[in-house]
Amino acid sequence: MPANRFNGFTELGIGIGLRIPHYRHILSKKPTVDWFEIISENYMCDAGRPLEVLDDILEQYQVVQHGVALYFGSTDPIDRQQLKRLKVLVKRTNTPFLSDHLCWGSVDGTYTHDLLPTPYTFASARNTARRIREVRDFLEIPLIVENVSSYAEFHASEMTEWEFLTEVVERADCGILLDVNNIYVSSKNHGFDPYDYLNNVPHERVGQMHIAGHTKYEKYVLDTHDHPVLDPVWKMYAHAIRKCGPTSTLLEWDANIPSFEEVHREALKARKFLDAVTETAAQPA
Amino acid sequence: MTQTRTKGKHRQTLAELRQLQRLAGAVIMRPLSRQWRMQRKWTDNRDMREVTAEFIKPNSRLSSLERIEIYNRQYWFRLIDSFYDDFPGLRAILGRLKFNRLAREYLTEHPSTSFTMRNLGRFLPGFIEKHADLVEPRFQLASDMARFEWAQVEAFDGPTLPPVTVDDLLGKDPAKIRLSLQPYMSVLQLRYPLDDYLIRLKKPGLRGEASNAVEENSPEKSRVKRRSPIPRPRETFVVVHRLDNSLFYKRIDRQAYRLLTSLNRGATLGKAIKSAFSDPRAPELIREWFKTWTELGWFCKRQFGPTVAVG
Repeated sequence: MPANRFNGFTELGIGIGLRIPHYRHILSKKPTVDWFEIISENYMCDAGRPLEVLDDILEQYQVVQHGVALYFGSTDPIDRQQLKRLKVLVKRTNTPFLSDHLCWGSVDGTYTHDLLPTPYTFASARNTARRIREVRDFLEIPLIVENVSSYAEFHASEMTEWEFLTEVVERADCGILLDVNNIYVSSKNHGFDPYDYLNNVPHERVGQMHIAGHTKYEKYVLDTHDHPVLDPVWKMYAHAIRKCGPTSTLLEWDANIPSFEEVHREALKARKFLDAVTETAAQPA
Repeated sequence: MTQTRTKGKHRQTLAELRQLQRLAGAVIMRPLSRQWRMQRKWTDNRDMREVTAEFIKPNSRLSSLERIEIYNRQYWFRLIDSFYDDFPGLRAILGRLKFNRLAREYLTEHPSTSFTMRNLGRFLPGFIEKHADLVEPRFQLASDMARFEWAQVEAFDGPTLPPVTVDDLLGKDPAKIRLSLQPYMSVLQLRYPLDDYLIRLKKPGLRGEASNAVEENSPEKSRVKRRSPIPRPRETFVVVHRLDNSLFYKRIDRQAYRLLTSLNRGATLGKAIKSAFSDPRAPELIREWFKTWTELGWFCKRQFGPTVAVG
């Protein structure tokens, strides 16, 4: 199940996000890492240091592109110049697939630069699926969409978030980047059972998973990516892996970033869950 | 696919979705109060609790307003944070409160219209020229600094064109040679020696990365104060450029400034030299400059119209 048409038939293992404070360590020490995820928008420039570093990384490592600005849920026309730049980068990295978020973030040409939750309506699902298809047709590589963490819900919603996710990916015939931490954060903020979410998404479409840390405040949980992964998220991850099979997994750590070794060590904790599922599958019935 | 679960309930149309995004976007991008909270009144003077309750569900811990306020605050924290990254010198000379007000006013008039935050500050130098009151009594210093710092954003990752070499120029008639400067370069005339000032001030580092993580702290809380004496006025000519993908400031003199800006405006090499020098007896100096400048890769073949910020 993990290598599927939604992730370009890849089984990448455990990756970490490529972040500026780790550039020097990675380029000088060349640590063994299964793969790196890059934020596409950080490298959609014309020239300069970002592309030089990227090229050096590409000589040594598998890189997968993850975006934060396609805003599949927006109702604006898709920016063709943005897509052209993205396609140039796709050719440069040879990413086997590309991911971005199930959200909106721009309206009437003005950008919030945030991953805003969309109302879970059929109109929104149709609009989102249409835009995903349009982007995929232009880029000519598989796409997977990531569920976002959220802090607000709309009265207009006509279904649950996981029903909406299912509606979108089936209409678009695309894959899912299942962010387990985001499900946890949203479940706390909206009061649903995160296992209902995990049990009811189309597992065969999951092409990758994200794990990360979050921060608990008095009245809500914030998706801060500045901590190790918390125990409830590891438990959910184990459940998700049992449901989906041993899926390529990435640890996100974006603020208060510790040493490369610490981030990598945290990511590799996922190994025991992946191995457990692999061993179970290998045992004779 | 999901079956209908909303029997009897009105189904949202695409037009309604768009209207909802317009409303939510306007609420999220609305300037915060002085206390970095959501404003309590909407544009039509209605209570924001009433406005937000119309489209956001409350939960047992947070009202509709409090839930959407999380996004309203994050919007401003994220954008002002990006401004801190791109304009640390401006922040230092204006001070925190004045800089935050400038950023808020600017971003209200010029919200982002690009998929990347890289371009967020592109209109700031022009904005300061029009709104001197926001930066007084340091208008000239702020105006120079905004131009100087925006030039660095351009130099960091702006496009490169194939450079012209010394060999390309050998044997050519100066009256016919037309050259452009690399698009990532800026040739600036400043009223203050801001290159020295910024070197003292700036910590090493690159632009913060985009991600979907959020910070809870306002920019006010998350920055360390850094002090450096404000420079005294002194006319300074400087080129902001890039070499081996590192950013550099190179001081030039008035004649070199005139020569480079003339070239970039489309003058032939011969005319540019005449405009730069009242004394034409400087062939050695000019040769030396061109040797250095071509080694730095500053020149490219003439594009249509000026490509580089000058001024």
